[in-house]
Amino acid sequence: MKKPELLVTPTSVAHMEQLAQAGANAVMIGEQRYGLRLAGEFSRKDIIDAMDVARKYGVRVYVAMNALFHNDKVDELGDYVRFLSEQQVDAIVFGDPAVLMTVREVAPHMKLHWNTETTATNWYACNYWGRKGAKRAVLARELNMEEIIDIKNHAEVEIEVQVHGMTCMFQSKRSLIGNYFEYQGKFMEVQQVKYAKGLFLYDKERDNKYPIFEDENGTHIMSPNDICIIDELEDMIDAGIDSFKIDGVLHEPEYITEVTKLYRRAIDLCAENREQYEEEKNELFARIEAIQPTHRPLDTGFFFKETVY
Amino acid sequence: MSISQIINGKRVIVKKPELLAPAGNLEKLKVAVHYGADAVFIGGQEYGLRSNADNFTLEEMAEGVQFAKQYGAKIYVTTNIYAHNENIPGLEEYLRGLESVGVHGIIVADPLIIETARRVAPKLEVHLSTQQSLTNWKAVQFWKEEGLERVVLARETSAEEIREIKEKVDIEIETFIHGAMCIAYSGRCVLSNHMTARDSNRGGCCQSCRWDYDLYKLEGDQAVALFDENDDPFAMSPKDLNLIQSIPKMIELGIDSLKIEGRMKSIHYVATVVSVYRKVIDAYCADPDNFVIRKEWLDELDKCANRDTAPAFFEGVPGYKEQMFGVHSKKTTYDFVGLVLNYDKDKGIVTLQQRNFFKPGDEVEFFGPEIENFTQVIETIWDEEGNELDAARHPLQIVRFKVDREVFPYNMMRKGH
Ligand code: SF4
Repeated sequence: MKKPELLVTPTSVAHMEQLAQAGANAVMIGEQRYGLRLAGEFSRKDIIDAMDVARKYGVRVYVAMNALFHNDKVDELGDYVRFLSEQQVDAIVFGDPAVLMTVREVAPHMKLHWNTETTATNWYACNYWGRKGAKRAVLARELNMEEIIDIKNHAEVEIEVQVHGMTCMFQSKRSLIGNYFEYQGKFMEVQQVKYAKGLFLYDKERDNKYPIFEDENGTHIMSPNDICIIDELEDMIDAGIDSFKIDGVLHEPEYITEVTKLYRRAIDLCAENREQYEEEKNELFARIEAIQPTHRPLDTGFFFKETVY
Repeated sequence: MSISQIINGKRVIVKKPELLAPAGNLEKLKVAVHYGADAVFIGGQEYGLRSNADNFTLEEMAEGVQFAKQYGAKIYVTTNIYAHNENIPGLEEYLRGLESVGVHGIIVADPLIIETARRVAPKLEVHLSTQQSLTNWKAVQFWKEEGLERVVLARETSAEEIREIKEKVDIEIETFIHGAMCIAYSGRCVLSNHMTARDSNRGGCCQSCRWDYDLYKLEGDQAVALFDENDDPFAMSPKDLNLIQSIPKMIELGIDSLKIEGRMKSIHYVATVVSVYRKVIDAYCADPDNFVIRKEWLDELDKCANRDTAPAFFEGVPGYKEQMFGVHSKKTTYDFVGLVLNYDKDKGIVTLQQRNFFKPGDEVEFFGPEIENFTQVIETIWDEEGNELDAARHPLQIVRFKVDREVFPYNMMRKGH
């Protein structure tokens, strides 16, 4: 049976090597100048090093260029794409059509993955971006299992689904943390708090904690739970989903590596030895639960949820 | 095409932008057009982003299109959800319906709807919705090559960025000038999906960004509060957009359509905001070099504002002063109390439909496109049969009373409080 690729986001080149050893087939890396909400910052030099690791382990490298670009960065996109093309990265991940236009101009053979985080919600849109040049669509996290499988059944492009980690709920161009401190008159603290790690918003009514952080792309607010469906992979593997992603953003490298190992086992079993998978899957889930940070409960995201509008 | 020309020794604007207004129902559509909108955007029964706004049936759209035609105004329909698979059946029929009633164009985000419209309803113009968060000229170029007539830019674009986009790409540009807005990049917020299981990209947004939150920092496993006891809670609530002061600059940039947000807003709001921007645009275009913003226009806008307003991204990245903390709404200073149906010039008597309580002795203000605002103290009020009333108490009741100056159908009467 066809096995989906296991795609993980490393925090550094060294960590990427550990992930390769843990069984990752592909990594997504990049820098915040062009990419959104990455687990680690990879400079151009890091990308060159990452390609060495990739060749050594046979791991594919996808580079994030999925930011929303304003005019000021449009002119430099070509140079970055050219660099990535020279390094022979395996694909560029984009959301903004400006990237697609740039790739057509300077590196027409470069593979593209379409990922806007929230707007890949139907199979027609996935195929549309396929006709424009994308090889893969990364589905919105707000879809349920049935919708995902229906998209896969109609898709002319590869389909990637996030199976683990937190997801983005909100991106603003404004400096919302900085603004809050300025509003309180705490001007001295702004710089220090703005890029601080470990910030979260507490929602009393729902007793939820939403991680929040600022970077070059604005303010990002993340989901209160980590998705974990290590024990629910059957339907998507049977449907032939092409890539399973573990998003490690805001997690420790050791945690990401451990989760990668467990998903490696889960995918292999689920594809090759279904009986054994059924026997072991609760145990695999329990092992993730055991290493889960206390403030990050697990849930199944939108996979089994009814959303109205 | 140049924006201005010298005519008889005086510079005038020859490229006047479209003033585009929202309407949640047929009455609001008629008011928007009558008060000076060049185009109106409305929602249909499906595929639009305000699932709980009053939306138009096809028959109502047909009537709206006919009404607008008398004024030379256009009707656009927002069809800007990000569809899920389940929304695909029925789409073709829906789009054919819009085309058949004479709608001028649709405002769209999802390529599914763009391409389906092209195929089954080719007479409809296709405008790209702000839900696509278009922020640069190259992305605009992409959509031009896809054959779109117009794009609505992200609210995050600045004047300078719009200038560059206009220079580099020949396509109609629409931008927001007034009303509520997302504090997130549009289309990139799913707070409501998480918090209330309602899909914001299909019209289910609950404005979760405007709720109160507490900001903490994790130190080890310990959560440390980043606010003091008396601090207002954290919020992501933006002030409403108000670009009245920037209209001259927007006209000089050659922006093609200036858009007012608010399909959920009242008829009084639509009338007030449209009439003010109508005056600003007309005054500037007639004599740009001697133009000044009149205080009465600003005061007028204030009369229907239910939230604080600020200029936001057109004039630079907004800071804390363009957000709201600890406050959730401001009370409007005026109530809309009556809609003029008729005026008997000989007797000086108005026939008016009651929209809110008023009584003899109240001082009210009349406004409308044909008149300068004026105030009036109400004397005796009669009902339709000529019976004297102690007050106009009933919504939609038809009443009569003396008004000193001439008023016209669709003029409005408001009362301060
Ligand atoms: S929650 Fe706020 S930012 Fe998000 S879609 Fe709704 S109004 Fe926009």
